[in-house]
Amino acid sequence: MKKTLNILSAEEHVDDGDPKVLQLANDADPLAIEECLADIERIDLHFPKFTDGRAYSQAFLLRRRLGFTGDIRATGDVLIDQLVQMERTGFSSAVLKEGVDATDAQRQFDRFASFYQGDAVKTAPHFAAGN
Amino acid sequence: MGLHVVKNEAGEIGFRVQVGGGMGRTPIVGTVLREFLPWQQIMNYLEAVIRVYNRYGRRDNIYKARIKILVKAEGQRYIDDVEAEYKQILEHDGAPHTITQEEYDRVAASFVPPALATRVLQSAEKTDAELRHHAADDVQFARWLARNVAPHKNPALRAVTLSFKRLKQAPGDASADQLDTIAELADRFSAGEARVTHDQNVLLPWVHAEDLHALWIAARAAGFASANVHLLTDMIACPGGDFCALANARSIPVAEAITERYQDLDELDDLGEIDLHISGCINSCGHHHSGHIGILGVDKDGKEWYQVTLGGSDGSALSGTPQAGKVVGPSFSAAEVPGVIEAVLNTYRDTRESGENFIDTLRRVGHDAFKAAANGARFKVEEAA
Repeated sequence: MKKTLNILSAEEHVDDGDPKVLQLANDADPLAIEECLADIERIDLHFPKFTDGRAYSQAFLLRRRLGFTGDIRATGDVLIDQLVQMERTGFSSAVLKEGVDATDAQRQFDRFASFYQGDAVKTAPHFAAGN
Repeated sequence: MGLHVVKNEAGEIGFRVQVGGGMGRTPIVGTVLREFLPWQQIMNYLEAVIRVYNRYGRRDNIYKARIKILVKAEGQRYIDDVEAEYKQILEHDGAPHTITQEEYDRVAASFVPPALATRVLQSAEKTDAELRHHAADDVQFARWLARNVAPHKNPALRAVTLSFKRLKQAPGDASADQLDTIAELADRFSAGEARVTHDQNVLLPWVHAEDLHALWIAARAAGFASANVHLLTDMIACPGGDFCALANARSIPVAEAITERYQDLDELDDLGEIDLHISGCINSCGHHHSGHIGILGVDKDGKEWYQVTLGGSDGSALSGTPQAGKVVGPSFSAAEVPGVIEAVLNTYRDTRESGENFIDTLRRVGHDAFKAAANGARFKVEEAA
């Protein structure tokens, strides 16, 4: 799969209270913030632990249901082997957890050329995508 | 998630969708979300089931971070949320995972019946006559035909269960040599196909009726022809403390002790179909909750003890509505267990009506007589000392 996810180190991630950046708690309903999205360029979604996957659903709903086209960024306990799922559920950037080497990430994207199931990026499943 | 393929009144195929069933420390029977969902929609629907769980499932306690806990706690609200999300997937997202007839056909082409032996088969009459002759000749073959051989949708074929339940054979185990033998039997008699069953046996699904006697001889030589399918000794047991790091107690010696006690096939046949399920800990890999008789290994003060439950059901035709068994009383020592099982089965024999299965007698008579018998089989203090 082609990597479009922008992978950032902790130092590269800027979090300075920019009003165009929205931080959404991982138990918040993304569908309730539709009206606040007009000037938002980036939404940060949080993974408090890698086992807590609520932000995947939030990203999917922001992309598919609300049609948000800005940056959706994963923060928190972000590990290499979550990056493919993040891209597929609608994230466009991810801040790696401290100590994780970004060069390992590419292998995960190289592992599978394509997927049977559709996702937030390629919405049609393999059998309906004309291939 | 439990999916049961069903037909509706119009004869269309779909799924009965159940969610939130499970065993473990909290046995729960799944809730039916849809009695009939057209097969084309199954992936769209399950996306809704999973998304609602991911968003609202508990995260504060790993024992409660289960879909069964969410469905039980929220009930109708969970169902309403799934239906609302499903509606969004259909109407807003455009139902992207609707399965097309073309995709159905592509997948179905991988599940055609195998090419069977091309030799000319003898007539069904001749086969029937031969089987009757062999059965009259050898009661063991007759028993095996009755117990281990099931009808097939192709009238020339049968489905045959290779039983792995006998003395010195831990339920669920197969050695490398046994696996080789299964492979040989599958190649010779079953179009190269064998299935592992829920009951820890191996099924040969494509056996010609006229090959049954030859298969029985080969299976018997390999030790796979115990005529005990669905009977008491055809039990389910997890590996237990002999192999498993999670276990609180051993399962295999308990299974072995019960198997040893019930070696008489006449007695087993007389007791009829009984589900006996043994788990070495509360994770329930041996499905003790759904056994007509369930045995659960527990740890008390570093010693192995066994809780006995009665009246569990897996929802099969034999067992009726699914439910978890009820505990008969304080746990028993390993040495007491065979006697407890015997006392329970004797109560069944004493109270059954003609032709009545164990589970039906238990339901008609009620648990009290069985509980009293089980607890009466405890060792007295001086015996145990």
